[in-house]
Amino acid sequence: MRKTVMPQELRVSLRGKSKIVANGILASNPVFRLVLGMCPTLAISTSAFNGLGMGLAATVVLVCSNALVSLLRKVIPDKVRIPAYVLIIATFVTLVEMLLRKFVPALYDALGIYLPLIVVNCIILARAEAFASTNKVGDSVLDGLGMGLGFTLALVLLGVIREFLGSGTFFTGTFGDAEFGVVIGSMPDYAMSVFVLPAGGFLTLGLVMAAINAISDKAAKKRDERHEEEGKIIDERVREHVENELANAAEYAEQAVEHAGTAHSSAAAGVNGAEKEEDK
Amino acid sequence: MKNLRVSSSPHIVSSANTQRIMLDVIIALCPAVIAMVLLYGFYPLFLTVLSVATAVFCEWAFNLVTRRTQSVRDLSAVVTGIILALNLPPVVPFYVPIVGAAFAIVIVKMLFGGIGRNFANPAITARIFLMLAWTGVMTQFVSPIDLSDGANLFAYFNQGVSISLPDAITTATPLQNVKDAISSGANPAEGLSALDMFLGRIGGSAGEVSALAVLIGGVYLAVRRVIDVKIPVLYIGSTALFTAIFFADSGYAGEYVWTYLLGGGLMFGAFFMATDYATSPKTPVAVVIYGVGLGLLTVIIRKFGTMNEGVSFAILLMNIVTPLLEKIKRKPFGTPVKSLRDIAVGVKAKFSRKNTADAAEGGESIG
Repeated sequence: MRKTVMPQELRVSLRGKSKIVANGILASNPVFRLVLGMCPTLAISTSAFNGLGMGLAATVVLVCSNALVSLLRKVIPDKVRIPAYVLIIATFVTLVEMLLRKFVPALYDALGIYLPLIVVNCIILARAEAFASTNKVGDSVLDGLGMGLGFTLALVLLGVIREFLGSGTFFTGTFGDAEFGVVIGSMPDYAMSVFVLPAGGFLTLGLVMAAINAISDKAAKKRDERHEEEGKIIDERVREHVENELANAAEYAEQAVEHAGTAHSSAAAGVNGAEKEEDK
Repeated sequence: MKNLRVSSSPHIVSSANTQRIMLDVIIALCPAVIAMVLLYGFYPLFLTVLSVATAVFCEWAFNLVTRRTQSVRDLSAVVTGIILALNLPPVVPFYVPIVGAAFAIVIVKMLFGGIGRNFANPAITARIFLMLAWTGVMTQFVSPIDLSDGANLFAYFNQGVSISLPDAITTATPLQNVKDAISSGANPAEGLSALDMFLGRIGGSAGEVSALAVLIGGVYLAVRRVIDVKIPVLYIGSTALFTAIFFADSGYAGEYVWTYLLGGGLMFGAFFMATDYATSPKTPVAVVIYGVGLGLLTVIIRKFGTMNEGVSFAILLMNIVTPLLEKIKRKPFGTPVKSLRDIAVGVKAKFSRKNTADAAEGGESIG
């Protein structure tokens, strides 16, 4: 049997808890798979650094709110759960907003209105509703972490593409006093500014999503083919096994008949036994 | 029996096919291409060749990669390439038409299913994409060359690679003058000559400047019945009408009307881009709304927008609403006329049903 190479597979089959995290990053990536949180995705992915900042801010809120919602899942009455979740999420968003304003003012300015809007980010409410409200605290935190990292990954991927095409730079930004990032030659002179505009956001998102669908379709097709192949191998083995058993049974029957010739008393039982073997 | 064929209506025998129609469009574009060479020399012709080559190559390669039936022979990619190049300023870097043609064919046309399935005119969408991508390059225009010296035909070749042109050779377009006049309240036609604008001796997009050349091509298309002549007539007519209305209190309504009709890409857009089969409506009511909507949007964008030119955005927007316009249908012949009482009963029934449905649906739902 052929050994399969892991990276070709988008569905990572890791055991136990890490599966919850991996699920959020790949199999049900909030942006490319669940298509949630499109507003911040399109608005913020103009540069890789903004995408990273937004993604991490959302991740912090997601982990904290998932944990608290999970802790309070038996206390919150069913009928007012949505207002209760929004209140919890808003609390953490306010905290993150204050922290960013104090320590990373550049990022705070860049994210603008989209930072307080994390409150109404569909991903966070969706995970509170779909996962945290029915699962234990540990699992909920891991789910929040996975979803948040998946969101961050998607934003950074889109951000890198849009920043390169639209501004001609790679991962530029300022953190505190430190400036980093690469300006690629005279690329900024020739950059296509459409990619940092909303239209370019839609274009990039559509093309990246199409590429990911193409890759995962191919992977799924390969997986099906492999399963079919494995099925054939298993079928073959089953057939072999049955044939062996049948041959054994026939042999046994012959022996039994021979026995019957010599010992009349046990003949009937021997033939019966052989027939039973054959039935199997 | 071999000659008998069973098919659904309409039973029309005609030699018209996509290739023949596209060939007619190419013939109709020839006057504009000739005018372009006479006005700006061979450099924009070189850009046109690049644009056509890229468009054809992209269509061929896309069909090859996705294993579709090869559709290059219908010439529609050639038409898209020429129209895109005529839409560009005469002097742009060589990679601009290449990126534009690739975008037009791959993203706007082929990804949506190829010819006849595109939601918007590929050339105009590519022009808007380029406009947003390289705004600086796409808004610098050069003045026409002096034809008395033959060497001038090659004048702009050495300017082609640089991203920004020297101020010495750039010029303002008539629509820029008009835009300035809107804010200052001056006469918009000051310094402009109607004859120059009609012949194309002005700054502007390579193939759009000469209203005369575009009209010759447009008349050819109309005579050959390739285009629905109602669309350009309604578009140009409504532009004139709405300009007169919007500028009625400026004191220069007449000047605004003729500068708006002869300036920019109005003529070219009306004859060659608004009439695209896949993206323009066919039913009579829809055609009227489409044509008048184009004129209204163009004047609104030109007067109130930040850009000088509104033709391409107007056509793109009306392309997008075309499927909705086509839903406006006449009632089939023989539909009984409803009395007021019937209508009232119908409305009442509709509302009561809606209310009960709402009540049944009402319950918990997540926003």
